[in-house]
Amino acid sequence: MSGVFVGMPAFPKNAAKAVQNSQLRFNLRKATHTIRGKRAAVVGELDDWAELRQAGKTIKDHTLRNLDRYLVELEEKVTAAGGVVHWARDAAEANRIVARLVKDTGETEVVKVKSMATMEIGLNEALAEEGIEAFETDLAELIVQLGDDFPSHILVPAIHRNRAEIRELFLKKMAGAPKDLTDEPRALAEAARLYLRKRFLEAKVAISGANFMIAETGTLVVLESEGNGRMCLTLPKTLISVVGIEKLLPTWQDLEVFLQLLPRSSTGERMNPYTSMWTGATEGQEFHLVLLDNGRTSVLADKVGRQALRCIRCSACLNVCPVYERAGGHAYGSVYPGPIGAILTPQLRGMDSELDRSLPYASSLCGACYEVCPVAIDIPSVLVDLRAKARHPRTERAGMAAAGWVFERSKRLAKAQRFGGRMRRLVPKRLPGPLSAWTDTRDMPEIPAESFRDWWIREGGTAGRRPAVPPDGNLPQESRKS
Amino acid sequence: MSGAAREVILRRIRSAVEGAPEAEIVRGYRGATGEPGDVELFAERVRDYKAIVHVVPRAEVASTLARITEGRVLAVPAGFPSDMYAPSEGEPDGVVSTCAVAIAETGTIVLDAGPGQGTRAQTLIPDYHLCVVRDDQIVPNVPDAIARLDATRPLTWISGPSATSDIELNRVEGVHGPRTLEVVIAIG
Ligand code: SF4
Repeated sequence: MSGVFVGMPAFPKNAAKAVQNSQLRFNLRKATHTIRGKRAAVVGELDDWAELRQAGKTIKDHTLRNLDRYLVELEEKVTAAGGVVHWARDAAEANRIVARLVKDTGETEVVKVKSMATMEIGLNEALAEEGIEAFETDLAELIVQLGDDFPSHILVPAIHRNRAEIRELFLKKMAGAPKDLTDEPRALAEAARLYLRKRFLEAKVAISGANFMIAETGTLVVLESEGNGRMCLTLPKTLISVVGIEKLLPTWQDLEVFLQLLPRSSTGERMNPYTSMWTGATEGQEFHLVLLDNGRTSVLADKVGRQALRCIRCSACLNVCPVYERAGGHAYGSVYPGPIGAILTPQLRGMDSELDRSLPYASSLCGACYEVCPVAIDIPSVLVDLRAKARHPRTERAGMAAAGWVFERSKRLAKAQRFGGRMRRLVPKRLPGPLSAWTDTRDMPEIPAESFRDWWIREGGTAGRRPAVPPDGNLPQESRKS
Repeated sequence: MSGAAREVILRRIRSAVEGAPEAEIVRGYRGATGEPGDVELFAERVRDYKAIVHVVPRAEVASTLARITEGRVLAVPAGFPSDMYAPSEGEPDGVVSTCAVAIAETGTIVLDAGPGQGTRAQTLIPDYHLCVVRDDQIVPNVPDAIARLDATRPLTWISGPSATSDIELNRVEGVHGPRTLEVVIAIG
């Protein structure tokens, strides 16, 4: 987009954008506050929460300290149970392994259960290049995939879409969607159920991630709500799981800690509807486990930053983050949004890009994320440490400092809004990447000031499948970049 | 190829953690109690997930199943007690099963593919799942369940019917799994 000056869009477009923004803001606020309340209630039910949290933290630290030993043990156990273990140094290697495994089955279609690891490595796109089509089966992922956009929340990836948009999407993109489809959530879920049922029953190959792997037994664990996970994990003949090496737990007993920490922190439930556990090749299936490094070992080498590898992707830190609530998940330019994204992404990818260097600044250091984190990751400390490492232009530091100052005192916020003009002089006109969301203190725009997609690609992210139709209403923003 | 990657990753890990202090695991939380679980609490917690729950004396399980499944034809996995349910003729529109363990505190039922539980898919595809839980299978909490279960069996932990909140955070019961979960708890 560089060199293109789009200028002021016509009024209708502007208005549409405003609606879009307020919808997003409303959805995000509603989502984060609802889940926050539910989490607090179910966490409050357990009077040993602090002890569980400490156990979660120390089990993960112990595992990371002895990761080599436990990975070898896991490999042994999975192999003994009839599974095949593969190792992938980086995204490209993991994608190659999976593509080859799928090709060996002779299939050209796979079903997928939501997995952050496969999103991180851009597996769907890599498979598409090999002529293999991957179908996401998580309802939110399906919405994201049909709309050709990107997830915006770990737990509720399509939180930026409202029901009317979802209905439109289904009618336009989902083969066989009933013509009289309403925008009732129940009707939309039913349409997805029918659409995917056929796929599940026909699929020969499934690809999953895993929440946990048990070294002692070789067991993999997947937590979910909808049942699409169970479908993918049990019906197809071949199952391929791509899992980050840090997802390991030493013993079966360790799971008793995480099965309490994760559902309560994540969806705010005592337990999520379905959890599947399997060991090696199960009930006649063929099973492949791809162990993924892709930057994790360099995170592990950082004394302060390595604690990010304790993360169990519960998304509690997103839901309490004042920055996330206003900026939205897309602004972080990664599959890992929110506070955890701000410390994990720059460490995984290295801080070569402007975006990744700026991520550690996307925080007011209020500490709410640390407080809710079920494995006690001290996100603010890691942020401060990363800031020291990220060589960042002075102006941006000043800009973030100003933004941080605004956020630290909510009363000041109102004032700053009133004196928006004056604040704007303190804040540089345009911050790069995600921080552009910060620059307009008066309107607090939720998203970067250019199409998220263009920006993502410009920043070196993997391009998704090209949209069949332009991502209208997707995140259309004027681009003013010169 | 994979062999080289394996060595590289293990080497990277070893050099990354070199010199780091050993990290001890601290377990100050409530562990397994070994005690029986509270039937009433279990029933209440399962109901919280919008499942239908019946608590009946063991001798009345068969008559309860007959009553609540009237008009339905349920698939019966191998090993399900034949004196509890006799399927009628026709195309099944649901499934009946036993379970391995149930957790009072979380309202969770765990299937381990043992007798009367079928394969993982058999309790997944039908739109209706009826599960019979014996009171002696109910344990107080998650650590108790972990202690009782064999990790190497295929396990399915079920807490209420399938659900999604993906559309504007409205909870919709039943997406891909059974949309109705009915639980009969046999006591005494
Ligand atoms: S950093 Fe902590 S709170 Fe945030 S997603 Fe990870 S485990 Fe959850």
